[in-house]
Parts: sequence; C-alpha cells; structure tokens
Amino acid sequence: MPTTLHIVVCAGIVPDPLQTLEPTTDPNGPGIKNEMVLPAVLDPWAASALYEAANFAAKNPGSKVWLVSLGPKAKLQQVMMTVAQKVGFELVPVDGPIGGFPDAHATAAVLADTIAALPGLERTKLLLFGGWESATRGAGVTLQLVGERLGIVNQFQGVDQIDLREDGSFEVLERVEGGKHQVSVCAGAPAVLGWATGNLPEPRNNPQVGMANMRTIMPALQKAKSVALEANGLKYVAVNLPSQQRVTRVEKNLSAEEIAREIVEWMGAE
Amino acid sequence: MSSAAQPVEVDRQTMDVDIVCAGFGPATGGFLTTLTQAWSQNPADPAFESKVAPGMPLQVVCYERADDLAAGVSGVVTRAEGIRTSFPALDPVEIPMAAAIRQERVFYLLDPIGASRRSLMLRMGDFFLGLGKALWAKDSAFELPWTPAFLHKQGGLVLSIGQFNQWVGAQLMASGLVQIWPGTPVSGPIFPEDPGGAKRAVAGLRLADQGVDKHGIPSDGYLPGMDVRAQLTVVGDGPVGAAGQRLDERFGLPAGQARREWALGMKFVIELPEDSTLEAGTVWHTFGFPEPEIFGFLYVHPERLVSAGIFVPSWMGDPGRTVYRYLQHYIQHPALWKHLKGGTLRSWGAKSLEESGKHGEPFLTGDGFARIGEGSGATNMLTGSGVDEAWTTGMQLGEAVLEMLRAGKPFTQENLAATYEARRRASRVERGAREAENARNGFHGGFVRGLAGMGLAGLTGGRLSLPAHIPPAPKQIRRLGAYGKAGLKLREAAALAVADGRPLHDALMTARGWPEIPFDGRLLVTQQDALLMGGKVQAMPGFADHVVFLDRQRCISCQEKTCIAMCSGQALTLGDDGAPAFEREKCVHCGACLWNCAQSPDGERSNIEFMAGAGGLHSGEN
Repeated sequence: MPTTLHIVVCAGIVPDPLQTLEPTTDPNGPGIKNEMVLPAVLDPWAASALYEAANFAAKNPGSKVWLVSLGPKAKLQQVMMTVAQKVGFELVPVDGPIGGFPDAHATAAVLADTIAALPGLERTKLLLFGGWESATRGAGVTLQLVGERLGIVNQFQGVDQIDLREDGSFEVLERVEGGKHQVSVCAGAPAVLGWATGNLPEPRNNPQVGMANMRTIMPALQKAKSVALEANGLKYVAVNLPSQQRVTRVEKNLSAEEIAREIVEWMGAE
Repeated sequence: MSSAAQPVEVDRQTMDVDIVCAGFGPATGGFLTTLTQAWSQNPADPAFESKVAPGMPLQVVCYERADDLAAGVSGVVTRAEGIRTSFPALDPVEIPMAAAIRQERVFYLLDPIGASRRSLMLRMGDFFLGLGKALWAKDSAFELPWTPAFLHKQGGLVLSIGQFNQWVGAQLMASGLVQIWPGTPVSGPIFPEDPGGAKRAVAGLRLADQGVDKHGIPSDGYLPGMDVRAQLTVVGDGPVGAAGQRLDERFGLPAGQARREWALGMKFVIELPEDSTLEAGTVWHTFGFPEPEIFGFLYVHPERLVSAGIFVPSWMGDPGRTVYRYLQHYIQHPALWKHLKGGTLRSWGAKSLEESGKHGEPFLTGDGFARIGEGSGATNMLTGSGVDEAWTTGMQLGEAVLEMLRAGKPFTQENLAATYEARRRASRVERGAREAENARNGFHGGFVRGLAGMGLAGLTGGRLSLPAHIPPAPKQIRRLGAYGKAGLKLREAAALAVADGRPLHDALMTARGWPEIPFDGRLLVTQQDALLMGGKVQAMPGFADHVVFLDRQRCISCQEKTCIAMCSGQALTLGDDGAPAFEREKCVHCGACLWNCAQSPDGERSNIEFMAGAGGLHSGEN
C-alpha cells in the first residue's frame, strides 16, 4: 500500500565545490573570494536528497515534493535551469542575500517559517529532506535547526537509504563512524532526514520534465519573498572549506613509489 | 558514435514550439534580447501569440550544450557597438570582469630564447631591432608607434564572455518569456520528410540521446533525444556546433565558399600580484613570439585579473604545432612576465575560431531556419572581432522575426531572406566582412607577406589585397616527410617522450630548443593540472563520445597526429593501436581536432567527426 508523502527538500545553492575556493574576509564577515563569478550548483548533498525525494514521490502516488531554497533570485533562477530538467518538484524560492558563510540559525529560522507557511502541507505526511552537510560552506547543522524549529524530534543524519513500510513506518540506513551503517526504524512522519549520497545516480536531463517544472518555477521566482538574515550578534572565530579541497603540488624529484606513499599517508590523515 | 549508430526506430518524445535555438552565445543572446525587449513592452500584443499552442504566448526555447551558461567560453575585447545598441545604458560595473577599454597597445615581440622558427627576413629585422635595444626595444618587445585604425577597439569593452553570457541569460530568463536550457546538447537539425519544394528546409532540432554507451548504443537509463519541432530554428551554435555542421553537410556551402581557415585560441585567466600596476581596461595585442605565426593578447579585467592568450592558426603548417606549451612560453616573455610573475592561475580555456570569415559564409536562411553568429561567417578577420558581430547578427534576426510576427508572415526562406538577410547585407557586419574577406590571404605565403597583405587590405578598406590559394585545412598541415629533419628533431623528441612519458609534441618543443617550463604550482603548471585549477573539466555520464575517428586505418597510418598535439585538454592521446584515443571526460569542446587532421578522406573534410556532446570546462571566470 503506497504511502502519501509530503517531502520538503531544503537545498541551498553554493559555488561549485570543485572550483578553486578561497575564504576571504570582507566587511560583512567571512566570504568566498569572487563568489559571484563562480559557477553555482545545487549543493551536491542536498541534490542527492532531491533525487531521492522525487524517487519516493514517483513510487507513492499522491505524494508531493517541494524544494525550498534560500538564495539570490538571479542565482536561483540560473541553477534551476539545470536542476529542473532532472526531476519534478515545486520550487519555493526565498530571495535572500546568501553568500559566504551565513549564520545557520538565521538561515534555519527563514527556512522553518517558509515551510510552516506552505499551503497544503500536512505535518503527518512531512518528511524534511536535505543534505547532511554542505559541500561548500555549511555549518552542518542547518537542517537539524530547521527540524527543531518545526518541532520534529525524529532526526537522522548521513542517510543513505530509507525503506518505507506499508504501515507508514520506515527503516533508515545512517552512516556512522568506521564506514558502517546504523539501522533504525522510525514510526513515521514527520521526520528529518539529512542525506549523504543515497543510492541513486544523477537523473538524466529530460527537457519535458524541465518544461513542466518551468510552468511553476518562473512564477514562483517572480513572486519570491525577499528576506534579510538576522545578524544575531554572531562573531566568527574561523571558517574552513570542506575537507575535499584539492591540493596541487609540483614534485620533480620524487619517485612514483614515494608519491604513492605520501598520497596514502595524506588520505589516512584525512 | 556516428550518425549511423543512432537507433532507427525509437520512441522519441516530441515537443512543438514556435522558435527553438541551438546554442547560447553572443549571437543567440542578441537574438533573444531583441525579441524579448520588444515583447516585454507589450506582452499582450497578438503578434506574440503562439502558433503551435493557440491562446498561449509564443513558445521560445534555447538549448545549450555547456552545463552552465557561463561555462566553456572565453574572454574578449570588443567594440561592443551592437551590444551597446541593445543596452544603451550599459555600465560595465554590472557585469563581473567587464571594463571599459582605457589603453590599447601593439607590440612586436622579439625572441629572447632563440628557439622560434624565424625566416631569414625576420631574423634580419630582429637583428636591426636588437641593435637599437636601448632606443626602441624594451623587454625584448618593440611597441608600434602607430596602430592602424582597423585594429583599434576604442570605446569598447574587455569582457569575460562567460560572465557576459550569464548576465544576458539572467535577464532573458527573468523576463519569463524565453527558456534557456544548459546541459542539453543538440545532435542536429530535423529535416522535414517533405520540404514542400524548398531547397533548404528545417523543421526543428533533435536533442542528443542520453543513457547510451560511448558508441551511442542504448544502455542503462536510455533516453532518446527529444525532437523539438519548431516554426523557426535558429542555429547559433558556433563554428563547431553540431547543428551548423549538419546543415553544411546537407546543403553544402554556396558556390565558391569553403571553410578552410581556423585558429585555436587558448588563454589563461591570471590573478595579478598585489603590487601590479596594470590598469583595468588595458589591452595589448602582440605578434612575433612564441612563433611568428602566433598572435597574442593581454586584456586586463577589474580586480587584478588578466586574460593572456595566444592564437595558433591553421596556416601555421607545422604538424607538431601545439598550444599549451607555447602559451606557457608566451606568458614568460619578458614584456609580459614582468607583470605576470608572482601571479596565480585562476582559470584557463580554449576555443576554435572559424577564420574564413566571408569565405566560409554558409546559406544563412532556408524554410524554417536561420543562421547567426560565428558559425554563419560573421567574424571580421581583419579587425579580429567576432563577438559584437555575432551579437549584431542575432539582433538583426530578432528584428526580422519581430517584423514577420507583426505582419503575420511565416518563416519561409523567402521571408527570412527579405528581412534577416536584407538587414545583414546592409549592415556594418557585411561591410566589415567584405573588407576583411581577403585580408589574411598573405599569411599562406609567409608571415611577413601576411602582415603586408593585412596592412594593405586594412588601409584600403579591403579594396586591395594579396591573392592566395587557400588549401583545405588538412592540406595546410605540412607532411612530416616534407619537413626538414633538423627542424623537427623527431627522433630526439621521440626518445625524450619515451624516457619521460610526456606527449611527443611537448618533447618536440624541448628538442627544438625551447627551455623546460619551470613549474611553480601556481601559474606555471602542467597541462593536466590546468584541467583542474580554477575550474574543472568533466562530462556527464550517459552520453556518447562526441569525437569520432571515421576511418581508423587512416589514423593509424597518419604520421603527423596533429590532432593529439593540438588537443587543448589532452583528451586525445596515442592509443595502443596507433590511432588516437579519446577521453570524453577531459574534452573542453574546443573543436581543434576537427581541423587539425592531416588525413582527409576526400581532400576537404577531416577524418574526425566532432559531434554533439555534454560536459566540458566548468569555470565562470572565462
């Protein structure tokens, strides 16, 4: 018996993590150098969550997927032209000055208020999806904070798989230390699921899916409400880029064996 | 994959639209901007009602191969006359990396290394200039005291086309009137089964198949490319675009026309040292180094960014010609290096330029289609200007389409010729193209003769020029057997290549006396590192190889293998069987392989087919 789901995916847009990213400090706080000229993508971890959400919705007729995203409207629009070709969803854009390293609490407050106000959203069917962290700049806590603000106590992070059961409960596979998974059973919605990579490949670009999405995306973007993130008196001690940063070094005199040994050591240190 | 490898009977999705565009670059940007600016003024105008979906607004879609509108293109200096016509209040500050031109200089670069292949006449000239080192040659560079007007781009802009495209695309999509879909390669036009007596007719575009293996055979998640049927198909996919190529194959070129002249432009985007004195809007044109045939440039963007690059032309007949290594030597020339030393490589890119100009102009219109931009032969090879010309041809088509929509006329060849072609023929684009038509002929007889011919054509507005027979691109590559042993030092280079495992062309340059590159990991990096620094090169899985070798035996027997030497991303390497091996994931879609093939099956065409493909370079700082 399929379960009707209301899946809300929280997904930010970020500078492509495979570009050369360099933290800087500007008058507004820590930032990423030349962020506005870098290609933007839907945060890869959250993108996995979106593809999983669409897959569940397709398997459970009557289900619906919302994509809630906070970012500059022009960048959102640009990224949506790629994302919208992949799977069907309803975009809920929030036009905000996101960039650099925004405060997770302020971001979560905006997202939670937006989700709470979604027309037709039923809490008893709500699965709140997102990435378990950001590939570029997240504090790794935004999704949890959104869940807290919405009063959702069942939260799972590093999710690679969920299996829905006929009674509405579901089994969750969460990543834990040591390369292992923890298996949990959740009684049912509402729940927060911070996805790792999941198991689905990136969907093909389907022009018809894109055209169908565009019928709602463009009007939504035009009506997107503008928000300002509260400063909350936040002071930054330090910001770091994610650990998958590329490191390039030129070596002329090391043998292949020595280079291999160093790489293995470097990987171990990570 | 070849066209023949496509499954014959597949259940394709179809969609009907009013206007479909192949490729989003300056030309399509100009077209869509012109259309939407007029449309936005009166959205309820019945002229903009869809013919394919009555009651709905005009359905206009554009498909772009690159994964982002800012990806896979290049920085330029442009007079921006057409662009400013579209945006009269344009402030360069609105566009990242854009700057108004403040200073233009032209330098003849001497060879401080002594490795470049200079003719006796050039060596004598260099000797003379060298004698007056203190007077007129500084940092091994001689600045021309006077620059002919045709080279100037005063009042123009230094742009990153990536950022410019993104800026234009954002405005177009914000209008809500058109849709631009990146990451969606077009495999070619749809030709109507019954063209209704028309000599040339197109009924839309077919998108590339997805979920196929490298040979185009359906595999997991097979999704046949959709057929997008349209009243008007706008082909603006550049000189190596699949739609334009298929049109040329089907209809041929007008009598007497041929596409035989090409160049590969490659450039670095460099962040200058903090104490740099180069001012944004500074433009340098250079010639003479690293080889006489190689022209270079340096454009200064705001925020201490600079684009520095070179053009390697097809008339540089050296079969071992290459680009990346030459570019590294170029930026180390004393005149440039004193500014660039201590800088950091932020991005990198390459692109083929169709340099036939008017000689390569295809049929511009037919029933249901029109061609705009560089692929339509718009580039002015005398002024070295293509972006603004491309934009202007797009504007002209936009104005023509508006005229036809308002008059209720269908997009027939006759109507498109009377509106679009007529505008183009009466415009500065056409006048410029005619002036430039034979300006580069002289280069086929040598560098000095080429400069003389260019000057002659430029100073007489194209009325005088040097005659030349321009051979097909494959025949412009000198065969190894005809080239001096001492010059090539092939055996020595081969030994070096085997010993070091480096590409043969790279070893060849070392054997010819070019010094090794002192890699510093910041600006001087290996070609493989350049694929990763300041961006990335990648390809979505599920697409077929877009570079196909038609007759592998020809490739195996080919001694020159210029395609490998000129490959911008080192995506072509020597395979075990002696034929080039292609790695799609490293291809930046520059299209150089298409015209760097010495093995033509028919004397004109290349033995390499360059088809629709996804992926490529991902960097906005281009």
